[in-house]
Amino acid sequence: MLKYIVRRLMVSLVVLWGVSTLVFGMMHALPGDPVELMLSRSGGSAATIASIRQQLGLDLPLYVQYVRFLGNTLHGDLGRSISTGMKVTDMIASQFPATLELAGAGMLIALALGLTLGMIAALKHNSWVDNLCVVISVIGVSMPIFWLGLLLIQIFAAYLHWLPATGEGDLKHLLMPALVLGFSSAGSIARLLRATMLDVLGQDYMRTARAKGLSEKLVVLRHGARNALIPVVTMAGMQAGFLLGGTVVTETVFSRRGLGQLTINAILWKDFPVVQGAVLVIALVYVLVNLLVDLSYGLLDPRIRYE
Amino acid sequence: MSSIGDSLQESPARHLPRSPWLLAANQLRRNRGALIGLAVFLLLLTLTLLSPFITPYDPVKMSATDYLKAPSAAHPFGTDRYGRDILSRTLAGGRISLAVGLVSVVIAALGGTVLGAVAGYFGGLADGVIMRLVDVLLAFPGLLLALGIVALLGPGINNVILAVGISGVSGYARLVRSCVLAAREELYVEAARATGCHASRILWRHMLPNLVGPVIVLSTLDIAWAILTASSLSFLGLGAQPPTPEWGAMLNEGRGLLVEAPWLTIFPGLMIMLTVLSVNVFGDGLRDAVDPRMRG
Repeated sequence: MLKYIVRRLMVSLVVLWGVSTLVFGMMHALPGDPVELMLSRSGGSAATIASIRQQLGLDLPLYVQYVRFLGNTLHGDLGRSISTGMKVTDMIASQFPATLELAGAGMLIALALGLTLGMIAALKHNSWVDNLCVVISVIGVSMPIFWLGLLLIQIFAAYLHWLPATGEGDLKHLLMPALVLGFSSAGSIARLLRATMLDVLGQDYMRTARAKGLSEKLVVLRHGARNALIPVVTMAGMQAGFLLGGTVVTETVFSRRGLGQLTINAILWKDFPVVQGAVLVIALVYVLVNLLVDLSYGLLDPRIRYE
Repeated sequence: MSSIGDSLQESPARHLPRSPWLLAANQLRRNRGALIGLAVFLLLLTLTLLSPFITPYDPVKMSATDYLKAPSAAHPFGTDRYGRDILSRTLAGGRISLAVGLVSVVIAALGGTVLGAVAGYFGGLADGVIMRLVDVLLAFPGLLLALGIVALLGPGINNVILAVGISGVSGYARLVRSCVLAAREELYVEAARATGCHASRILWRHMLPNLVGPVIVLSTLDIAWAILTASSLSFLGLGAQPPTPEWGAMLNEGRGLLVEAPWLTIFPGLMIMLTVLSVNVFGDGLRDAVDPRMRG
């Protein structure tokens, strides 16, 4: 087990090195100078441009910049914002909790709604309840999250005045954005759980469990759900990426602070150190979540051995 | 008598092995949901393709007298703050949204197929380099990768197509590599190699026909993802730029007037959902018909 964890960690580190190299390469493949592009709006003088370039180390040869970038990243230093001059790590640290809160709440809703819909659909197979659950799931995966967000704002904020349309702070502010973010993932989870659960329900060991006289609840939960959950856990890991990406859109719709808003503003202002840092942090979280998902398989299914 | 004779004459044909495509088509024909999905998608495609001839108004022409009109007989979907007809803009915008979805999937499928085929067939260093690159691409959430590429290339519909296409490459590369790895050991490939066929000919003429099925299935399911991702980028202001009508961009324009003019957001959003829903339902049916093992 320990050997597997170490190997999996090494693979994750290689992927992260690749991610940082790709991000660095992308930011430097840009035609033109990022500082000139950034200052073109405010009309900075040549001396200002040269001074900022020197400050950011952009006047150095590319390979020196790359080595410096890797070294600094390993030390948790993601450089300084071209527009504000603030440390990128500080900017990310101030926005990250809000994004994590939103993505976490979205995941909770996705799991609660997805597992419930998928389980009910499988247990009531070929009934109107099953059809209804399938329709809700398909609508979930087909609905653009920004549109759902706008519809919910119209209904619950503008007409019913039940929930605030924008902002953050308490559970009331979090409910709509988290529901919007989680609904699509819930659809994916429900569809997969329904399919795997239907497969599991037909297995011999389910019949054996019933023949032993176990209650239906125990048969379904202990013997059925536990076996059906492994692919769902993989799916939930993949959905973590969707949720992290989705926060960009959700934060825009609900005018919330967060990493997504920071990234979009940095893109629009061509503040590349911030884009680079934010993308790296989100990729890091995504890689870590998938690592945890991989390691959780053994807990769910003791037959899985880490060789 | 004649019926016995007919059935005797027909019987040899009945036992002939049928092509997997024919079997899949038969399976698909029995799936009512998939057929409805296909019909709805084709209807939307036709309406948007014919939009230059059927839209009641010029989708970009402003009218000071028709400012923010609610849906009526003259403007069934209402008008926007510049007096432009939303029905005309929705239909015209569909051409762009659907084109973005379809073209970016073609880019992803072509790029991923070439990369996956090279990695799977040649193995070794080529496989190592390509698949590590694919691993790196997969470490980014799809929308975020597309966002990063648009940040690099700059806002605009062509850059969105490219960004969404590149973001989708990794899925095809993995799928095609696994198919080629399995096919590489097949007798027909060995026979082609023994007759002196060049690697590119073996890949193109012998292996590719076997890859078409899974790639088409993945492409169909990916069209929905591509339309959603591209419209998300346009909604964020990074795709189609005003006054070009595009569904995501139209929603972005309308979100400041949610209370005063809800029709600005309802209709373009409904069109995105209908399109994605129809493609998803058809894609699911196609996947089940072509390869039930891919069911997820």
